[in-house]
Amino acid sequence: MSAAAASLRGRAARAERFGRAVRLWVTAGPGLAWIVAFLVLPSAILLGIGFFTSGSYGGPELPLTLQPLREVAGYSILGWSSGNITVLARSLVQAMSAGVLTVLFAYPVVFFIVTRPPAARPLLLLFIVLPSWTNQVVRTYAWMELLGPESALSHLVQSLGLLQPHLGLFPGVLAMQIGLTYNYLPYMVVPLYAAAEKLDWALVEAGRDLYASGPRLFWNTVFPQTLPGLLSGIILVVIPAFGDYVVPTLLGGGKSMMIGSLIASQFLETPNWPYGAALTIFMLVFTCAGLFAFRVLSKRLGGAEESMM
Amino acid sequence: MPRRRADIPAGGLRLMAGPVVSAAMKAQHTASRPEVAERRGQIILEDISRVFAADAIAVDRVNLVVHPGEFFTLLGPSGCGKTTLLRMIAGFETPDSGRILVSGREMQAVPAHHRPVNTVFQSYALFPHLSVAENIGFGLRMRRIARAERRTRTQRIMELLQIDAFADRNPAQLSGGQRQRVALARALVNEPEVVLLDEPLSALDAKLRAELQVELMRMQKRLGMTFIFVTHDQHEALVMSDRIGVMQRGRLLQVGPVLDVYERPSSVFVAEFLGLSNIWPVSALPGGLIETPLGRLAISAPDPARGTAMIRPEKIWMYGEGGAPAGRANMLAGVVREAIYMGASTQYRVELENGAPLLVYDTNNQAAERSWRPGEAVTCELKPENIVLIGA
Repeated sequence: MSAAAASLRGRAARAERFGRAVRLWVTAGPGLAWIVAFLVLPSAILLGIGFFTSGSYGGPELPLTLQPLREVAGYSILGWSSGNITVLARSLVQAMSAGVLTVLFAYPVVFFIVTRPPAARPLLLLFIVLPSWTNQVVRTYAWMELLGPESALSHLVQSLGLLQPHLGLFPGVLAMQIGLTYNYLPYMVVPLYAAAEKLDWALVEAGRDLYASGPRLFWNTVFPQTLPGLLSGIILVVIPAFGDYVVPTLLGGGKSMMIGSLIASQFLETPNWPYGAALTIFMLVFTCAGLFAFRVLSKRLGGAEESMM
Repeated sequence: MPRRRADIPAGGLRLMAGPVVSAAMKAQHTASRPEVAERRGQIILEDISRVFAADAIAVDRVNLVVHPGEFFTLLGPSGCGKTTLLRMIAGFETPDSGRILVSGREMQAVPAHHRPVNTVFQSYALFPHLSVAENIGFGLRMRRIARAERRTRTQRIMELLQIDAFADRNPAQLSGGQRQRVALARALVNEPEVVLLDEPLSALDAKLRAELQVELMRMQKRLGMTFIFVTHDQHEALVMSDRIGVMQRGRLLQVGPVLDVYERPSSVFVAEFLGLSNIWPVSALPGGLIETPLGRLAISAPDPARGTAMIRPEKIWMYGEGGAPAGRANMLAGVVREAIYMGASTQYRVELENGAPLLVYDTNNQAAERSWRPGEAVTCELKPENIVLIGA
């Protein structure tokens, strides 16, 4: 090969590389800029604020300190308290319960829909998704009425002796649980529906042919096929429910705070920005750790990679 | 076509004897399982109907007895109801009327998971999240058979089907033929009384298919189970079956040993579906003659009630110019219009003197130069005993 031809080829390769770089930046650039401007930068600022001292109006002031992070762990000027751990544990339990409850509600609903004629399915799915098109605050206010002391539901629970007379389900952890489950149900139904619609019913028949029935049939033939959708649904429900602000604020009342409302109060009420920022950082790390653990777990369950977001 | 059957190992002659298992195998079979009842593996269908909608009758009053240990094939074009019939035996569909008996027991009230039958699905339906060995052991596990026995039985069937090397692979890592074997093993390992096979070879290429056809046949004879095989492929049906049932639009048109159905079809549909044929409307004349579009032909057994006659193309003898023997019946002169060379045989389209077309197969058992080319004058002999009268 001659030197001229070699240099020509080299130039062509360089042009090709340049073209590829241009395409990459033109296509990925806007999205990347968005993420940097509205996720990376604010998070970095928040991260920074977490190391400042809280000023007299709650704003971040010098000197830099680790006090906000210590406060997250429960140490304040008044000594150690279990308050934060309680809030964290409550948030975790409520979010995970919401995950479990939405799964329990979603499976029957999804299998009702996918066994209808194909033409009817989008409409039925719409009925599930429709409520989430209205504002979450409005829907949550509705639950305040539905769960108040004079509501039928509260009367029912009162008459069962599970609740003192004249008290409502609202406010409290039960109301919060109902609100979270209700709010996040569509986020479980939709991915589960996507998985169930692709279900290979021949595998279910093969299971029946091979002596499986009832729960064992479901567990061995349906469940493995819907697992990717289920895992996506769990992520879509548990993570936002964990940090939810509207439901605990409106339905939880003062005694049953969740981490979302605790953080919000540091910016709106108390205020103590560095402490709020430290809480946010902690929550972010905690969520990432949870996601990672979940990923490891679901990989072990097998075939769940596509569900990871 | 009939000459092809000489390739089939040993089994070919069995077709005339009806059912089935060779004497030695039968002895071994009953010796190993003395409790086996006479009717184990027998299937009786009584007046089975299945209607999907007013104008969609999937299965129309089917009556059928499948003998124990028989390789029975349901043959028909797609949509003829053969798969629906199979699914009713498996328990995936419920007949709207009629009775199904497996090994003498009524099946209407028995759900699929309690029936003594196992299915090999067209799509194989292997569980993607389980390994080959786990797939095969699935039925045993669901029946709560102890792990040790599960292991040995799974291992044995995998060795029998030569898939033990893939035991730990996932179905996705297997070729079509290997998947087919796994699907078969998954059914056979349960030692069902009846194995139902829903076009299990249709996704495979021709060569693999031919191999598996023979293997399937041997496996069935060896294990002595009743096989009901559904296919639209007439060649497959001819190769493997002891008996076949031809279906059309939900009805079972004809049931019998392969040879009977091929040689003496009861209807035009069966004649045309199984192999190629020359078919004409005829009217009977006195003196053992029939009037056909080809002219008057002598036949061995005239029957004025049957208005259609058929002759298989391979049963027509062809002679070159001057080569035809004198003094024979049904010698028709014509010209070769088309010759399709197919290796072992050549298919000719001959135009007779009165313009009627005739399809003729000739075995290429002579040097290639001896075959006929388009334009050549030939004489075709339709021996009277080869002309079959059929119904409408």
